[in-house]
Amino acid sequence: MTPFEYAPSLEGTDNVKIESKNKLFINGKFVAPSSNKYFPTINPATGETLAQIAEANAKDVDLAVKSARGAYNKVWAKMSGRDRGRYLYRIARIIQERSKEFMVLETLDNGKPIKESRDVDIPLVAAHFFYYAGWADKLDYIIPGKKVNSLGVVAQVIPWNFPLLMAAWKIAPALAAGNTVVIKPAETTSLSILLLAEVLEQAGLPDGVVNIVTGAGETGAALVNHKDINKVAFTGSTDVGKIIARSIANTNKKLTLELGGKSANIIFEDAAIDQAVEGVINGIFFNQGHVCCAGSRLLIEESISDMFVDKLKTRMNQLRVGNPLDKNTDIGAINSQAELTKIKGLIQTGITEGGNYFEANGSTLPSKGYFQNPCFFNGVSSAFTLSRVEVFGPVLAISTFRTAQEAVSKANDTQYGLAAGIWSEKGSKIHKVASQLRAGIIWANTYNKFDPASPFGGYNESGFGREGGRHGLFPYLEAK
Amino acid sequence: MKIAKTIKLFINGEFPRTESGRSYPVYIKKTKNIYANICQASRKDFRNAVTAAQGAFASWSSKSAYNRAQILYRMAEMMEGKREEFNDTLVQTSGLTKAEANKAVDAGIEAFVYYAGWTDKYQQVMGAVNPVSGPHHNFTSCEPVGTVALIADTDFNLGKLCAHIAAIIASGNTVVVLMSEEGSAAIAPLSEVFATSDLTKGTVNLLTGSVEELYKQFGTHMEVQSLSVQCTDKKVLAEVKAAAADNMKRVITPTKEVLSLENLTSFVEYKTVWHPIGN
Repeated sequence: MTPFEYAPSLEGTDNVKIESKNKLFINGKFVAPSSNKYFPTINPATGETLAQIAEANAKDVDLAVKSARGAYNKVWAKMSGRDRGRYLYRIARIIQERSKEFMVLETLDNGKPIKESRDVDIPLVAAHFFYYAGWADKLDYIIPGKKVNSLGVVAQVIPWNFPLLMAAWKIAPALAAGNTVVIKPAETTSLSILLLAEVLEQAGLPDGVVNIVTGAGETGAALVNHKDINKVAFTGSTDVGKIIARSIANTNKKLTLELGGKSANIIFEDAAIDQAVEGVINGIFFNQGHVCCAGSRLLIEESISDMFVDKLKTRMNQLRVGNPLDKNTDIGAINSQAELTKIKGLIQTGITEGGNYFEANGSTLPSKGYFQNPCFFNGVSSAFTLSRVEVFGPVLAISTFRTAQEAVSKANDTQYGLAAGIWSEKGSKIHKVASQLRAGIIWANTYNKFDPASPFGGYNESGFGREGGRHGLFPYLEAK
Repeated sequence: MKIAKTIKLFINGEFPRTESGRSYPVYIKKTKNIYANICQASRKDFRNAVTAAQGAFASWSSKSAYNRAQILYRMAEMMEGKREEFNDTLVQTSGLTKAEANKAVDAGIEAFVYYAGWTDKYQQVMGAVNPVSGPHHNFTSCEPVGTVALIADTDFNLGKLCAHIAAIIASGNTVVVLMSEEGSAAIAPLSEVFATSDLTKGTVNLLTGSVEELYKQFGTHMEVQSLSVQCTDKKVLAEVKAAAADNMKRVITPTKEVLSLENLTSFVEYKTVWHPIGN
């Protein structure tokens, strides 16, 4: 039988207007960076420059922090929770209304498939603002028996894998709790948060409550080390998280970190096999594997290993890698040349170390842009680099186990502790294994599910603090 | 002639001398008379204590909350039974009056009873069933963070020390405590409270020694998951926080209240479990 071909089904980009030069958003206004320096942001699916982004230096950051402090003292901390909530509700609604612009922009700048920005990222962004809006006037119920205070000015630094969603995860709880924000997006994905700035203007959010400074690591360092901030919230790599923790160790700044992972996805022989195969695919190949909680270590019970890996290969060959704007695309573009080089380097390391390599061949990769076929290494012991190092790409490391105890000890054999998956049709086994895994999120018979009401965050070197749910407000409040 | 008690460390349910063989004198307050020679714990003693605490974690954290409650309550009972010994130590080495010493013991007993009560309740207060959109059952529960190292307040306060230890172990954590030099003679009756309360051996480990000498090891030890720094020396705190980043230890600093749910939840992780609802 010849494979079923899909005709391209491209999402239109006409509704998105991208400014050629994008400024900083400080005190409610778009302002040019004091250095007058700009850097390009690339469409990773084509390698073409989409726009120029302002590079904020320490002077711009200082201005942003001052504006956030002013807004905190004069407006936001004084405002009733009810009114703060109303702004957040309004923001949620406008995002829903303009969701098409957001999803197209996100896909253009990040490279993720349009079906993911359409069905996952942008709906979750709106839901996150909507969820925390309702908390703003109910903060007395957050910490049992205690009234609470906001902290002040919060510095937030976010990654490029879910640009707008990470912005929502950071901004919504901070504002609901009564803090003001200076936030820095990743340098490769600034466009969607700058569109969010327009939404904030449209919602009439008071000037200075949210300030956006674009730039790379230096801008981030200037922000987290600024003297007049009360809290730092960072999502990104464990290495950078450690640098931040050390750099503010001699201050009273509060800190939450959502860092890397090397999460295990455990398949027991009594799992619903076809569902588990889908779960593994979604666990590691969702968002090109650019997911901190990706199920990047697959542990299969030995008795079903060969059969399971065969099914996995078949399914991987059906994945469509290509133009992220195509609604049929399963795996889009790797976010940058730098990331693609890093991923390819780690694949080479895996091959050198003797892993059994398989790469899906179901798609013809586009000639331009940054793409990587989904792949795995089988028979990978815990000594392999790929069992220990976060790849942050569509690369899976597979090994086997014989007993539940062995599965748990392998899963926990990592410095990380963000997430884990368990696949079994036996409830008592799921609960026992779930309680033994040292990780903050356990997906049982599912994977990579997210919700604003569900706390997210890790154990050990995956960071500390939770985002989402009532627990996601703890980092932005203190008991009176 | 009265027989004096030899005061030693408390590691893994046993009473070893420091492997370093070192000691320092604790005097009867305002005199030049030695009350006792106290062990000056070494880095190796600290590492041994962490190994013991790590080893105890699986057993202690898997006990039922009701069981842990009863063991914490028994600590209060044992402390009451040792009231005279505590009083004697505090009066002689800390210079408290008899009445003040009694109050300090009362505070310790109160702390054990208070946190005994939380063991089987904090989950209900701090956990959650989360109303996610879509057919999933989603719940958040609390788990102990692991092995905690506690640098006690330099100003010795028996009640506070008991409260910090109780708050840490109530949820199932295990702990290594560095007692302040000032109150270090109290290690003798205190370790006997822990030794006779049916705790898993190694759940609580007590060291006496120099903060100055040991705090860096507290910060850098890779098998410690969380660090409670009750000593208020800013230099110690800054250095320990920087070192703690090596393995992302959670660093906890003093809170306003001694008896508070916050002191317990500072040492828990929130775990969220998803499961589909359907056929």
